[in-house]
Amino acid sequence: METAIQIKDLCFSYGSKQVLHDVTLDIPTRQVTAFIGPSGCGKSTLLRCINRINDRIPSANINAGSINIHGIDVNRPDIDLQELRRQVGMVFQKYNPFAKSIYENVVYSLRVNGEKNRKVLDETVETALRGAALWDEVKDRLHSSAFGLSGGQQQRLCIARAIANQPEILLMDEPCAALDPLATLKVEELIIELKKQFTIVIVTHNMAQATRCSDRTAFMYLGKLIEYAPTLDLFERPQNPQTEAYVTGSFG
Amino acid sequence: MFDPEKLIRKGLPKAHFKNLSIRSSLAFITYSVVLIAALLFGKIIMDGAPVLFKAEAPFVDFEFLTAKNETLHVFDDEEGVRHQLSASQATEYLKQHPGKEIYNEQTYSYSGGGIAGPIVGTALLTIGAIVIALFFGVSAAIYLAEYAKESPFIHAVRLAILNLAGVPSIVFGLFGFAVFVLAVPVITTLPSERSLLVLPLLSGYSLSFQGWNSSLIAGCATLACMILPVIITAAEESLRAVPQGFRDASLAMGATRWQTIRKCVLPYSLPGILTSSLLAITRVAGETAPIMFTAAVAAKDQMPWDGAKGPLDVLTSQVQALPYHIYTLAARIPASEYTQRAQYGSVFVFLLLVAFLSVGSMILRSRLRAKLKW
Repeated sequence: METAIQIKDLCFSYGSKQVLHDVTLDIPTRQVTAFIGPSGCGKSTLLRCINRINDRIPSANINAGSINIHGIDVNRPDIDLQELRRQVGMVFQKYNPFAKSIYENVVYSLRVNGEKNRKVLDETVETALRGAALWDEVKDRLHSSAFGLSGGQQQRLCIARAIANQPEILLMDEPCAALDPLATLKVEELIIELKKQFTIVIVTHNMAQATRCSDRTAFMYLGKLIEYAPTLDLFERPQNPQTEAYVTGSFG
Repeated sequence: MFDPEKLIRKGLPKAHFKNLSIRSSLAFITYSVVLIAALLFGKIIMDGAPVLFKAEAPFVDFEFLTAKNETLHVFDDEEGVRHQLSASQATEYLKQHPGKEIYNEQTYSYSGGGIAGPIVGTALLTIGAIVIALFFGVSAAIYLAEYAKESPFIHAVRLAILNLAGVPSIVFGLFGFAVFVLAVPVITTLPSERSLLVLPLLSGYSLSFQGWNSSLIAGCATLACMILPVIITAAEESLRAVPQGFRDASLAMGATRWQTIRKCVLPYSLPGILTSSLLAITRVAGETAPIMFTAAVAAKDQMPWDGAKGPLDVLTSQVQALPYHIYTLAARIPASEYTQRAQYGSVFVFLLLVAFLSVGSMILRSRLRAKLKW
């Protein structure tokens, strides 16, 4: 089992407030890894460190430790940041399609990379939308506004947008938080289908979702990694008493 | 197959120079705007500060601030010493040196003495205008935000108020002249002949539409009309910004509509209303055109309260005003080195006055905000 992401002794803080303490874990390739934990435990922060989108926040900085993607440290000074973000796609909690057509949404990253060939763009759109299980629903209105879609469809459009680049890794920050149960089910089925091609890291505070979708689960609390094990082991035979308290619903 | 080596950048980041040049251009444009502001304030401070501040104690030329505005007399005496004295000082000089010859006498209007009259006039105009505008403006804002039902008519009302903000100040001046100086009603026993309409009331009084004449009250009313749209829109925004939950909770306790507004909405919108009145104060203090025909006079010997028998006399007197004074010094008299002192001194004092008002308003606003935090 190959390791896609290797996080080692990561300490991260916003200004003077430290939010991640010595986090160490390895995320395997082409499997779904879930981060669970109560609100404010640092799971979204950890996720956002992987594709360095925390750089947008001025007070954010990594105090110690490293994140390696297939052996390359993401914080090295000569990293190609745009390429990193193309290879590590991200889907956000609240779906945020651009105020453009469905077609333009999916090809956005190709356009900013300089791709102009119409044929390549069309093919990418079809592959991505098929991969996101959205093609049949939108194939005859590709040039209509993205806001005409329902919430679940918009989130799947965001997933299609993320996978249009054929990234190595897909990061999903609570992708079903803003969706109704039916749409949630569709997205979960999609995740199980996508893991054949991509490494997926998903943050969720819905433990049942973690049980359904993921292969390995990491439980975090107050910025520390408490336990990291295959999903069934974590939920049925938790080693740590804090993990047991959380998964049985005693707190959080 | 994924090649991790692709993550390593070979040379400079993508479009590095393009991003860098865009960022530098935007920074350059921002700082050149700051440069313009610095030049403006720098010139005024450099030329005006020497007029107001002196080398020896008490470091501020209080005479400039408190003396009345007079004509400047410039002359040489027998020893060739050049004297620059205001009219009253010149008369004193001649009294103390009877029979002395003076040569090369020149007079410069408005350039001698101090600027006490304009300062007082501007202060009175500003205070009066703000009081009137806040009363009418906040009332209108409360009605529009809390009571009025949304309808095409109310949309038209809002549009009319917004359009008022775009009217040029000279048009306000002419409006003020036509309405407040010539046409508003006055209760008097002796209506003037040019009155538009005289309605007799009981015991000899009549309501005469003859205007308030060029006076402080007419100037305040005109200036108030000018800043009304700013205050109404800002006050309405502040009232709308107060969460609906406050009103719901108050009504659920059994309070009436007006009690809700007075206790739960208005106090929390005060910081926003004060911010807009701060902007309005700075605007009002600096306007010349509206007061040119309605209140301002270039030369006035007495303070508004000298010889006044009651508040009505103060309100109906004409006043000098700082911006009008600056205009007079710049445009109505020939330029010379002797007028420079008065000009830059006036401009500097004017800036200081506006800065003082702004800072005072800011302090008041932050105090209120701390007290009424939500």
